[in-house]
Amino acid sequence: MNLLEDILVLDFSQFLSGPSASLRLADMGARVIKIEKPEEGDICRELYVSDVDIEGESTIFHAINRNKESYVADLKVESDLKKIKELIKEADVVMHNFRPGVMERLGLNYEVVRELNPSIVYAEISGYGEDSPWRNLPGQDLLLQAVSGLTWLSNNEGAMPTPMGVAVVDILAGAHTTQGILAALYQRTLKNTSALVQVSMFESILDFQFEVLTCFYNDGEELPRRGHTNNAHAYVSAPYGIYKTSDSCLALAMGDIQQLARLLNCNGLLSFTNKKEWFTKRDEIKSVLAAHLLTNTTEFWLRILQPADIWCAPVYDYEVLRKQEGYKALNMEMEVKTSNGIAITTTRCPIKVDGEYLTSSIGAPFLGEHTAIINSEFSLSKV
Amino acid sequence: MNNLPLEGLVVLEFSQYLSGPSAGLRLADLGARVIKIERPGSGDACRQLAIKNLWAEDGSSLLFHTINRNKESFTANLKDANDLALVKQLIEKADVVTHNFRPGIMEKAGISYADAIAINPRIIYAEISGYGTEGPWKALPGQDLLLQAISGLAYTTGNEDDLPVPFGIAIADIICGAHLVQGVLAALIRRQKKGIGARIEVNLLASLLDFQFELFTTYFASKKLPQRSRSNNGHTLLSAPYGIYETADGYIAIAMVELKQLSEGLACKELLMYAQTEAFSLRNEIKELIALHVKEQSSLYWLELLHSYGIWAMPVMTWKEMKSHPAYQSLLMEQKILSGKNEIITTRCPIRYNHQRLYSGKAAPGLGANTGSILQELKTVKA
Repeated sequence: MNLLEDILVLDFSQFLSGPSASLRLADMGARVIKIEKPEEGDICRELYVSDVDIEGESTIFHAINRNKESYVADLKVESDLKKIKELIKEADVVMHNFRPGVMERLGLNYEVVRELNPSIVYAEISGYGEDSPWRNLPGQDLLLQAVSGLTWLSNNEGAMPTPMGVAVVDILAGAHTTQGILAALYQRTLKNTSALVQVSMFESILDFQFEVLTCFYNDGEELPRRGHTNNAHAYVSAPYGIYKTSDSCLALAMGDIQQLARLLNCNGLLSFTNKKEWFTKRDEIKSVLAAHLLTNTTEFWLRILQPADIWCAPVYDYEVLRKQEGYKALNMEMEVKTSNGIAITTTRCPIKVDGEYLTSSIGAPFLGEHTAIINSEFSLSKV
Repeated sequence: MNNLPLEGLVVLEFSQYLSGPSAGLRLADLGARVIKIERPGSGDACRQLAIKNLWAEDGSSLLFHTINRNKESFTANLKDANDLALVKQLIEKADVVTHNFRPGIMEKAGISYADAIAINPRIIYAEISGYGTEGPWKALPGQDLLLQAISGLAYTTGNEDDLPVPFGIAIADIICGAHLVQGVLAALIRRQKKGIGARIEVNLLASLLDFQFELFTTYFASKKLPQRSRSNNGHTLLSAPYGIYETADGYIAIAMVELKQLSEGLACKELLMYAQTEAFSLRNEIKELIALHVKEQSSLYWLELLHSYGIWAMPVMTWKEMKSHPAYQSLLMEQKILSGKNEIITTRCPIRYNHQRLYSGKAAPGLGANTGSILQELKTVKA
């Protein structure tokens, strides 16, 4: 079942983009060793969010770094660097997300590493790419959302530019890095050569927008216009959006306005017979719908719409979602335990292999938890 | 492009719309030969789905062309015994099958996982569903906005008093497609070592839950639902100032920074009233204070000042502003595709491989464009 059995990954990366990639590799069966600097380690260990921590470390560090080992090395100290170079000889993958130039200065850039290990897969994530005038700026999620035009796609027209409330750039750059690493590892099974995989957060967030950017490139560079009300996608017709009901909210995807008018008994919609108007007059249509949907509960509307195969759904928060049978059927939650017994609940890998979920009960490592073991396993103390 | 990592692999894509086809596009750009298996007459339903009424010369939408470039098309009526036999011959020769039909459809067609693996024991059979194959939601349509609504995602974005705000890009489809690629590639690596095929299953809901794994893990630990800030919300888990702020002439994004440093970077002494330990609990009033202050000067003014203090901040750009910026241009992200006599500009694959940017000028196929030549290949192989 372990798809990536016997694959050894040395992960020099921090925060989310790189570590989310190595988490996926770990869940699919690779052994991942985090190489961390002494004393503080991955800065994410200290990134407390919303005043929630687990035994002095941030919850998100535990979520991102479960199922990994931690090895401490000061890459500026010759003896530590030597050990790392020995370790690299045994590894299949080296990955990092330092700013361009840092690994060169440390003497661990691709050209050097390839000399040490001619079949290495070397992956790097930058913020803006190596040739960019911004190459030395921090590759930070919100900032990449800001410069890539992404913030003009969500929320209603008239609202401020609205960032997506999940670190989407980090996560996509991580996903693309995983794809590149795996493609290279596949090629290595045929050719046994090294490979360099490079991803930048900027390229990744542009790729994310490839459908709407292509529209922009080919349509005289017209900027997206969000709907004035209930906007869910700047380019999609009414009714596409989320609406308030008398007790909560309701999401409506693509649908026939005439059919909706009849089913919902909403006479105000009957005049919109021309399909083209469902886009050009989407604000008007949505306003009529919004007023009408306010008059009854989400459950009431769903009972009418779902049997008619209208694409609709309730809008859940985490608490309500967690109570649903449909959620429970996914078995998405799992418990992991650190070596000193701290247990946390987190989510499993979303990929199912040969009918089985990929789960692991191993929690995140303490800083340097595996240094001694790895030194002895790979005979690094003598180096 | 030469020496692409997935050269020699054949992928049969039974998928439609975005989730599966975006995975096929990535595999194609990394070197695989991707053949869309489409029903005669209409094909992939995305061919008829246009945004902004943009169509390519062959009558398919620009949207379809964006997602399906670099692929071939083979038409087959899976309800016709002869066609089905041909498809089974293709499965025998293929490395990967992908589909995103609702659970049960491929079984009815006679090309379930069990059928495929019986024909070709080395096949990687990869499936996307909306909600998984078990539980009360399994038959519901897997549509992006509805998954955003169900999964709690819409409560991460926008401000406290906004309705739930969906992401303005099809995040569920795209992230699920990315996970499918990861599973397929990892399974191909195992196949090279062990000679066996695999069944890979992902679903939109699990992928969106994974996407929110930091938020869920924090929620499981704290039992506190994510709360969007009253204004300038950037991320529900992060302290002030994290967010986007209006300036005298535009908008800027400010990421993580300690309040003391920010008070210097914004020349705003009032910020010193707040202790760093209050940056989350009092984020609403702190953000309101920052918002008032930032409005007084231009974006450029603030960015120069903030950058001089090393504070993580960037301008909020539209696509037009981005496109004219050297940082965007340095990526060489655009590529031209010739479709008939028309040029289409779109984005390239975001992954760079051995210092190569992966371009492909091959346009999306007309419906069944390659049926004849593929049939010929099948005959040649047989003879």
